[in-house]
Amino acid sequence: MSASPASPGARQTVALALFGLALVAAPFVVDRYILSIILLCLIGAYLGQAWNILMGFCGLLSLGHALYLGLGAYGAAALYVKFGIGPWLGVFVAMALAVAASFVIGWLGFRFRIEGVYFSLLTIAFAESARIGFDNWAWLGGAAGFFLPVRAEDFGQYWNLRGGPFFFYYLALALAAGGLFVSARLRASKLGHAWLAIREDAQAARALGVNVTRARFMALFVSAAMTAVGGVYLAFWGNNIFPGQIFDMAHSIDIMLGPIVGGVGTLFGPIVGSFLLVPLGEALIEALRALGLNAPGAKALVYGFLLMGIIAAAPSGVWPWLARRLRLQDREQ
Amino acid sequence: MSAVAQPLLAVRNATKRFRGLTAVSDVSFAVMPAEIFAVIGPNGAGKTTLFNLIAGAFALDEGEIHFDGRRIDGQSPDKICEQGIARTFQIVKPFPELSVRDNVAIGAMLRAPDMDSARAAADEILRKLDLFDKRGQKAASLTLPDRKRLEVARALATRPRLILLDEVMAGLRPTETDHMVAALRDINRAEQLAIVMIEHVMRAVMALAERVHVLHHGASIAEGPPQEVTRDARVIESYLGLKAAH
Repeated sequence: MSASPASPGARQTVALALFGLALVAAPFVVDRYILSIILLCLIGAYLGQAWNILMGFCGLLSLGHALYLGLGAYGAAALYVKFGIGPWLGVFVAMALAVAASFVIGWLGFRFRIEGVYFSLLTIAFAESARIGFDNWAWLGGAAGFFLPVRAEDFGQYWNLRGGPFFFYYLALALAAGGLFVSARLRASKLGHAWLAIREDAQAARALGVNVTRARFMALFVSAAMTAVGGVYLAFWGNNIFPGQIFDMAHSIDIMLGPIVGGVGTLFGPIVGSFLLVPLGEALIEALRALGLNAPGAKALVYGFLLMGIIAAAPSGVWPWLARRLRLQDREQ
Repeated sequence: MSAVAQPLLAVRNATKRFRGLTAVSDVSFAVMPAEIFAVIGPNGAGKTTLFNLIAGAFALDEGEIHFDGRRIDGQSPDKICEQGIARTFQIVKPFPELSVRDNVAIGAMLRAPDMDSARAAADEILRKLDLFDKRGQKAASLTLPDRKRLEVARALATRPRLILLDEVMAGLRPTETDHMVAALRDINRAEQLAIVMIEHVMRAVMALAERVHVLHHGASIAEGPPQEVTRDARVIESYLGLKAAH
């Protein structure tokens, strides 16, 4: 599409380019603490993008995305530690594990017509089962956790994801950018339009020749595989995995909150949401510490109220609102 | 059309029961290629159920449905659409958050290699149905007559050989009805598209249909050219009997 210099599409491209440049330059400008927060924003944006493909595009609400995160993390980490197979290969195994798990969920859901909230409950059940299963799987450390060795001589083996903060920062940036790219390409494709049609009205989509079950499986597979890649990153970045953390329901909710606050079904919603919520959470911890308010649950309480405020002010998400204000709205939105 | 010509659509002894209620009972009819065929009958006669059987939304309890010589009953709605039968819904089902253009492009996707060609095909159909100027609007913002038109446009976009139109004239003003009639006749002639329409608007039935099939309480009571059928005593009774009850 040709766009005049002042058109929303062109303005959006410029805004995205500036934002990208700022992120590329960030490690040379900000300190380590701020950099670690931006890294978390980027990972949140990436995982939100993966969840958004399933819910925002295809209309399937997963409340158990931690399942794919955990399977990806454990899959690649176990291959590396137990068999010496690096994550460059392990990431494919991780994706395959997540896709296989999502296939079982999808098969149960679609075969037995478990729809709407009942599908969501199914996703929780699987994530919780995995948490309990891994808690008791001694070979992978059980509840005590699984640890990746951190050896000085491995440092610089980037193909094994052994590197410093700069390395992991740029890797997160690459993931977030890649996630956006994949999401944008899929949304513009025939498959993406089949997803949107299914989200809007599955019966009408079917009557127009859309193979609804196949398209839903594709959304599940893409979303699960992308989330598993995020899990591999988390394992090699943190060097430890605990079933109680990685498979936790709270983790699934964290993945969802970004796109929900940013704008479900939009391309930039997951990014905006993550860059809003992660710093908000961090700032809140600092503020409460400064105030001496370290009562348990205080952060969750304030965070909850802030979320309610944001959602009440921008019910369809912050990004659509922001895009209107900055005149960045594209044709489609 | 010769006497031995093969029908495009053949419904044979179709029966559908819902918990003891027989919604469609032993209904048979055939539609020839490029024919315009109407199914009429009072409310609750089983017309929409019949459409759902043909389109694959419901499974038959008895009988068979053949399209272009192949048996299609038991297939899923998307497979049936792929073979060349499109349908509209009586209670319109737009994709509300998507643009008018994307609504139609999703229909066109079925026979288009990519979205660009699907959108080009959609634009062509939108022009025919006077929706081109509204292509950028969200479907949710359309008025009911426009939604009816969108429903038809979307179904046409799948490039069917037979289209099932479920009360697409309802709620249209007479001039809008005439416009839709003209558009349908054009497409029928230009593309040899067979049309099966459920319709209460007799103005449209008389103008378009070559043959009319009348259902009452799920059963066939008459079939023939519209002028004959509307004079049939049983048909008049089925309608007037119901009207008198109101």
